[in-house]
Amino acid sequence: MSAVDPDALQQHRSYLVRYAILQLRDPHLAEDAVQETLVAAIENRSKFTEQSSLRTWLVGILKHKILDMLRKRAREPQLNVAEGEDENELVDALFKENGRWASPPQTWNEPEQSMENTHFWEVFEQCNRRMPLNSARAFMMREFMEMSTDEICQELAISTTNCWVILHRARLALRECLDLNWFGNAR
Amino acid sequence: MLDCKHNAELLSQSYDRPITLRERMAMRMHLMMCKGCRNFEKQLAFIRKVARELPRKL
Repeated sequence: MSAVDPDALQQHRSYLVRYAILQLRDPHLAEDAVQETLVAAIENRSKFTEQSSLRTWLVGILKHKILDMLRKRAREPQLNVAEGEDENELVDALFKENGRWASPPQTWNEPEQSMENTHFWEVFEQCNRRMPLNSARAFMMREFMEMSTDEICQELAISTTNCWVILHRARLALRECLDLNWFGNAR
Repeated sequence: MLDCKHNAELLSQSYDRPITLRERMAMRMHLMMCKGCRNFEKQLAFIRKVARELPRKL
């Protein structure tokens, strides 16, 4: 009896959907990616070895499905337009002309403890969703899917330098959002 | 001399590529003198940790 039966798969479904939404930012696409993942899991169930957990194995398949979808969407030009992102607006707002912080980052109080707080994770997800699409996509590939910078550049068809710039902007945006909405350093 | 803007870029890039010795020295010099950037450095480390923990929190 294989560990990969439909009942076992369904137990992981909602987790996989949440995972896919974070990367794809579209519930319908996320559902499609998860559906394809579950079908692929059934078809390939003989390849599942119990050395890894079922969830880890499913997430591995899901990552491929997510990348396939991002690739397909990248080929549709109307969806590839950067939604009016002003690339340098954030950086310009954060630094003065002489290169100093416009307002230097303040200490965060007990950040490690935040990780125990469910509400913190909600704020973190909201901050992710608020990032400009390109930044969020690259950032989530890097940190959430743990892809290498080279893989991300290839996937997004951008230069390495551009990739670093986008990732940096994403971290700046996320830092600002957490600073304001969680650590309460409102200015 | 590195300013905060470029120091922040380098700090961020140290998570995405190997940083040269020269760059590392320049950052260290800047960080010694700049509290804002020291806070930023810690916060970047925290953001990496949180983002990589996220799959386990869904």
